[in-house]
Order: sequence, then structure tokens, then C-alpha cells
Amino acid sequence: MNGLTFDIAHLLAGGLVLVSFMMLYQDRLFALINVFALHAIVLALSVAWQAYIQDAHHLYVTAAIALIFKAIVIPVGLHRIIQRLGIHRDIETAVGIGPTMLAGIGLVTLSMVLMLRVTPDADPLAREDLAFALSIILLGLLVMVTRRNAVSQVVGFMSLENGLVLAATGAKGMPLVVEISVAFSILIAFIVIGVFLFRIRERFDSVDVGALDDYRGEHR
Amino acid sequence: MTLDAAVLLWGVASLLGTAVLAIALSRTPDSGTRLVYGLTLGISAAALLVLVSRILEDPITPSTAVLPVGLPWIGAHFRLDALSTFFLVVINFGGAMASLYGLGYGSHEPSPHRVLPFFPAFLAGMNLVVLADDAFTFLLSWEFMSLSSWALVIVHHREKDNARAGYIYLVMASFGTLALLLAFGLLSGSGGNYTFEAMRTAGPTPLVATFVLALMLLGAGSKAGLVPLHVWLPLAHPAAPSHVSALMSGVMTKVAVYGFIRVIFDLLGEPTWWSSVIVLFFGGLTAVLGILYALMENDLKRLLAYSTIENIGVIFVSLGLALAFKANAMPSAAALALTAALFHVLNHSFFKSLLFFGAGAVLTATGERDMEKLGGLIHRMPLTSFVFLVGCVAISSLPPFNGFVSEWLAFQAVLQSPDLPQWGLKVMVPAVGGLLALSAALAAACFVKAFGITFLGRPRTSAVEHAHEADRYSLAAMLILAALCLLAGILPGFVIDGLSPVTLSLIGSRMPVQMAQPWLSIVPIAESRSSYNGLLVFVFIAISASAAAYVIHRFASHALRRGPAWGCGFADTVPGSQYTGVSFAQPIRRVFGTFVFRATERVEMPAPGETGPARFNLEIHDVIWETLYLPIGKALDFATDHLNHLQFLTIRRYLTLVFLFLIVLLLVLALWP
Repeated sequence: MNGLTFDIAHLLAGGLVLVSFMMLYQDRLFALINVFALHAIVLALSVAWQAYIQDAHHLYVTAAIALIFKAIVIPVGLHRIIQRLGIHRDIETAVGIGPTMLAGIGLVTLSMVLMLRVTPDADPLAREDLAFALSIILLGLLVMVTRRNAVSQVVGFMSLENGLVLAATGAKGMPLVVEISVAFSILIAFIVIGVFLFRIRERFDSVDVGALDDYRGEHR
Repeated sequence: MTLDAAVLLWGVASLLGTAVLAIALSRTPDSGTRLVYGLTLGISAAALLVLVSRILEDPITPSTAVLPVGLPWIGAHFRLDALSTFFLVVINFGGAMASLYGLGYGSHEPSPHRVLPFFPAFLAGMNLVVLADDAFTFLLSWEFMSLSSWALVIVHHREKDNARAGYIYLVMASFGTLALLLAFGLLSGSGGNYTFEAMRTAGPTPLVATFVLALMLLGAGSKAGLVPLHVWLPLAHPAAPSHVSALMSGVMTKVAVYGFIRVIFDLLGEPTWWSSVIVLFFGGLTAVLGILYALMENDLKRLLAYSTIENIGVIFVSLGLALAFKANAMPSAAALALTAALFHVLNHSFFKSLLFFGAGAVLTATGERDMEKLGGLIHRMPLTSFVFLVGCVAISSLPPFNGFVSEWLAFQAVLQSPDLPQWGLKVMVPAVGGLLALSAALAAACFVKAFGITFLGRPRTSAVEHAHEADRYSLAAMLILAALCLLAGILPGFVIDGLSPVTLSLIGSRMPVQMAQPWLSIVPIAESRSSYNGLLVFVFIAISASAAAYVIHRFASHALRRGPAWGCGFADTVPGSQYTGVSFAQPIRRVFGTFVFRATERVEMPAPGETGPARFNLEIHDVIWETLYLPIGKALDFATDHLNHLQFLTIRRYLTLVFLFLIVLLLVLALWP
């Protein structure tokens, strides 16, 4: 593998981590969804580049799925949901931006240290890819944990899944069926969660998950 | 001969079939009771016949069977060798006697539908444990035995304390099974071959052997009632119906002893000398503490249960001696100690069943288990009190009964200790022998109390006045057991020779052939050192007693002379002023009780001028329960109280917890050297 292809793969995967970081400090829902769309576009580029350097044509299909569904269909759907719910003016973060960013840096460091230690014999590209993918998964979890709004938790979950796709494409010889099934499960999760969002909204006049806790009669 | 294991498995299957039949018969309790106990009696007797013929013909050659049940691609392995044959004899004889007793006793049972299905299942479970030849089958049968006996413990669950007894039993049984599970896991190693055959050849490392010994002491010890794991036993054994109490005390504790012997003597290979120190220590502790608890007890069935703990201690002391001699390549002494242990297993199953049957007869006749409310039963239940006396004499290890022989053999083994090379053992074994002697003496005192307070004197309450003799089935079972206590005492050579295949297969040596000795003597090592002749002692006792009686009747004055009866020191005629169990135990309580039980006695005098009576208050603490179990319970309560609100967190907090745990796991992976 020559230096340039490696550098470009590295750049795209690193860009994905960077966009994950951008997600951490968005306190407006529309902005968060836009950044998520960007996340999906960078993922699609990264997967396409992998398809090119591994000469694995089925990965183009994965890239296309990422581009169409995650960068276009889901963000548009979420935009509509937010408009119908009328929550586009909400500002929400459960934890302050500063501590969240610091925690994110810590998580990326952890995944780098861990992956570089446990995979000394692996292909360098796969190593880097796995380390980035783990960072993206952990950052997605962090988004889920630090947000209160159900919509932004959904976005965190989707970005977590992007990390999984990156890890799957980085490894050579992963069959297409795995990626497609992951993509479909995410789509179904999106539909189910979307339905739930409206049900919650009907019931409680809010999609703040705190309302659920109040309903259960518990305190935070 | 190879079909024996299969035949016994058919016996187990028919016991399980009887259990199912008992469920169907629950609508007709009377005929159901007779049919079920009749069937279990028949099956146990048939199994006993097969086993005895096997002992007489060829006990050494193992007979195996594999059933295609249990874990896939492993199956269930069963094996009948000398050791399991002996323990199966104990189980099936105990089962047959309990069934015979149950034929009569069962008709007094208020809720037979709770007893009948579980009684055959319990017998089947015990048979299966001893037959099992792989760890999975063993553990499964062990748990089956525990659960069916638990169901029998909580038969009368509405009575005071029985539900608590069942709960504590269940907790301790699960704990014991967990320890056994870990022990077998260590024995099978990473290869995961669960047959005993593979474990036998594996040869564990010393570290593994140490852990296995500790886990077996926890697992089998908790089932057998080794101090300090005995707490469930005096609660659970008396709670069950009396014939089941007899089975649990006389037989199930022996199944635990079997498990210990099977793993430590058979599967673990060569023992280390210090492992015997641990077994000896806990055995001696159990023997003395068990009988001290029994002495403090006034509930007849609980007294018997505590005495079971003492006997388990005696058995474990003998097993510890056998381990010490085996580790030091002294095979004949090891064979002697192991024979003493096994002989005591057999004896204890005889007299403890007999005593529990007697206690059951008293309970049926009077409805009382508290000895302080009994008394004078010898006039109303003469046969029961006679056989109970035989059991008391036998368990107090007095000649010419069987208890004496096994304790005597144990002491003979203790006397071999100067030949041991390790100084630790040289010092320890005589000390443990002293504990053994102390426990034997205390046992005698304890059973003087049990018999005297219950059967002698005058009735203390009206409950005794309408007591009647036990029914003929119960009496038959008790008489057979009493006869066997005597027979095994005066002809011990038969039993010792019958045990020789077991010691041959486990130690590779045996005691000298006793049947070859003149005049039916038994000689443990050599005639020059010691010998015992039970028959001679029996004949001597019989002749001297009848001669004394003859002389008194023949030569004493026949002139009648009436005078005031000596009031034994109490002129008051109220039955309550008789000697009580508490007062009988007072000297021993004063010697040991302040130390072991933190017993305090207090006399409360009425204030001057008041006419109320003075009161005597006695306070006894169960130190083991208070220092070992209550803190564990408190810690558990504390933890559950404080962890409870984990059930009521918000969704985001749950997510955070999962996330943090993931981070911790990743950190551990990253920092692991």
C-alpha cells in the first residue's frame, strides 16, 4: 500500500472523529442534525475510498446506502419531526460543553491506546480504522448520555452506528450482507423511535425524557 | 455382575414412578399412604438384596452404566464400586426402615399429599448421588436430593419456625452446591472432562488440591453438618416428619460423607499430610460442640439433630486420621481409621434412625417434643422406651452395642499416632483423641438426660396421660434396628470384613481378616496390642446380671416391711418439682457453657414485702450464629437497602451506568500488563 492511499483513508477516518466532536457541542437540534448529515457524508466518502483501495465493489453499495439513507433520508425525516413537534427552538445539554469535550478527548485517547496495544500484528490501515471506529462509537455513546432530548439521543445512536460501519469496512473481506443488515436494523430503529417520539409527545407534550421519569414518579 | 448398576437404576426409576403415582393418589390418603410406603419398602428391600449378593460375590469389580440423558455428547455415567455399594446399603436399608415405620406413622400425618410424592423422590435422589460417575450427574442428583428433602422439611410450613428452617436450609444447600460445583470445576481442569474416570487420572497440582479440599469441606461439610456450617441442620431435621428426620439425619448426612470420601480419597489422588490436620481440626470441633449444643437442648428431636452433628464430627476425625496415615504411607493404620469411619457411618444410621423413630412415636402419642413437658412414658409406652433405651446406650458408645466398636476402632487408630513422622500430627492427634473422648462422655450424659427426662419419673403435663404404645409397623422397624445395634456390636467382625473391599480400593490395604480370629474377637493390628470381643462382653453382662438378679431374689429376705417411701429429696408431690432437663445439664453448662455459650444464670428475688415468687433466668447464646451468620445477614441487608434505588434510576442514568462500565472494562484492558 503506498503512502497516499493510506494517508487519504487516515484523513477520512480522522475527519469522521472530528465531526463526532462537532456533534458534542451542538446545542440546537437543527444544527445537530446537519452535523449528523455531514458525519454520514464523510462516512460515505470513507467507505467509498475503502472500496476503491480494497477493490471491493460491494462496498460502493454500502457507501451509497450511507449517503442516501443517513445523509439525506434520515436527516430530512428528523427535520420534519422536529418541525411538527415544534421543538426547533429548544436548547438542551444535560452536561456543560467544556466537560463533555474533555471527556470526548479522554475517550479518543483511551481507544487509541487500547487499539494500538491489542492489535500490534494487524494491518496498519485496519488498526487505525479500528481505533477511529472505537472513538466514534464511544463519542456516540457520550452524545446519548449527555443529552436529554429524545431526538438528540437518536442522533447519538445513529452516529454510534456509523462507527460500526467504519469498523466493518476497514476489515477486509467483511461480507456485504453484514453491512446491509446493520443498515436495515438502523433504519427500522429509526422508524420505531420516530413512532415512539410522537407517542411520547402525545402523552406528555414534550420529548424531554425527563417527562417519562416524572411520569414514573421518580426523582433525578 | 455387570448388570448391577442397571438394576439399581431401574430401582431408582421405579422410586420416581412411585413419586408420580403418589401425586395421583393424593385424593385417597389412607390407601395411598399404605401403597406408597409399601412400594418404597419393596423397592429398597430389593435393592438391598442385589447389593448384599454383590458384597458376598464380588464387590471389587465395578459395574457401570451410561444413559443417554443429561448433557449432550456426554451422557450420564453411573458406576457401582465397593465404596458406592457400601453407601447404597446404608441408604436403602435406611429407606426400607423409614418406609416400614411410615406404614404406621404415615396414618397420623395431617397432610399426606405433601409428604408422599417427595419421600420416594428423596430416596431416588440419594441413590442417584451415590451411583453417579460424572460431575454433572452428581451435582444434578445432589441438588435433586436437596430440593426433595427441602420440600419434606416445609411439609408443616404453617407451624412456628418451620418456614424459617426451610429458608435457611435452602440457602445453605445452595451454598454447598456452589462449593461442590467449583470443586468439580477445578478437578476437571480446563479440558472440561466431567467424568470421574478422567478426574482420577488427571492428577491435580498441589494448589488445586488445596482448593478442592477447602471447597469439599464447605460443600459436603455444609450438607453433613460440620461446625460452623451446621446451623441449618438442627432447624431442618426436626421440622420434617419423623421418618424423614431419621432419613435426613441417619442417611442424607452420610451421602455428604460419601461425597467427601469420593473426592478426597478417590479422585484427588495422594493426599498431603497437612490436609489431614484441617479435617481433624474441624472433626474434633464438630464432635465437641455438637454434643454440647445437644446437652443444652430440651426439644427431643433437636437434641437428636445436634447429636447427629457430634457423630459427623467423630466420622470426620476418623477420616482425618485415615488421610494422615495414607499421606505417610502407613496403609494398615489408614485402613483401620477408614474402617472406623465407615463402621460409624453404618452404626449412626442404625441408632439415629431408631432414636428418631422413637421420638416420632412419642410425638404421635403426646403431641409434644419438649422434654420438659414429658416424663413417665415408660409406663405407657414400654416397648418404645425399651428400644429407645437400646438406641441411647448404643449412641453413648457403651459395650456391647455397636457404637462402642466403631469408637473403639477410632481410638485404636488414634493410638497409632506416635508412628507418624510429622510433629504437628504427633501433637495434634492425641489432642483430637482427647476431644473424641470428651464428646463420647458428654454424649453419654446427653442421652441419660434424653431418656431419663422423657421416659422416667412422673408425667409433667396432661399430654402424657393419654399416651399409648406405638403401632405395630413402627414397633417392628424400631425392633429390627435395635436388634441390629446389638448384632453389629457383638459380631463386629462380619462388618469389618464386609468393609475390607472399600479400604482395599481406596487405600490399597485392609484390616486383618477378623473372621479368622478365634472366638469372634476383633483385632485391629495385632493380638499383642489390643483386641475386643463383643460377644464375650455381652455374655458376661448377661450372666452377671442374671446371676445378680437370681442371688437377690433367692437369698434376700422375703419378709414384707412397709415404710415411708424415700422422697428422693423432694417432699412436694407436684410433678413440676421433679428433676428437669435444664437442671440436669446445669453442671456441664457451668463448666463449658460460660465459655462456649456465654450462658448467664440470674436469680431475681422479689422486692422485700412482695409475695411474688423468686425467678431463675437462664440466658444462652448461640455464639456461632451470632458472630458468623448474623453479621453476614446484616451486611446483606445493608447492601440490598442501599442498592435498592438502582431499580429506580432514570433512563439516562442507566445509559450512563452502562457507558461507564464499558469505559472501566476498556481501561482495564488498556492498563493490563
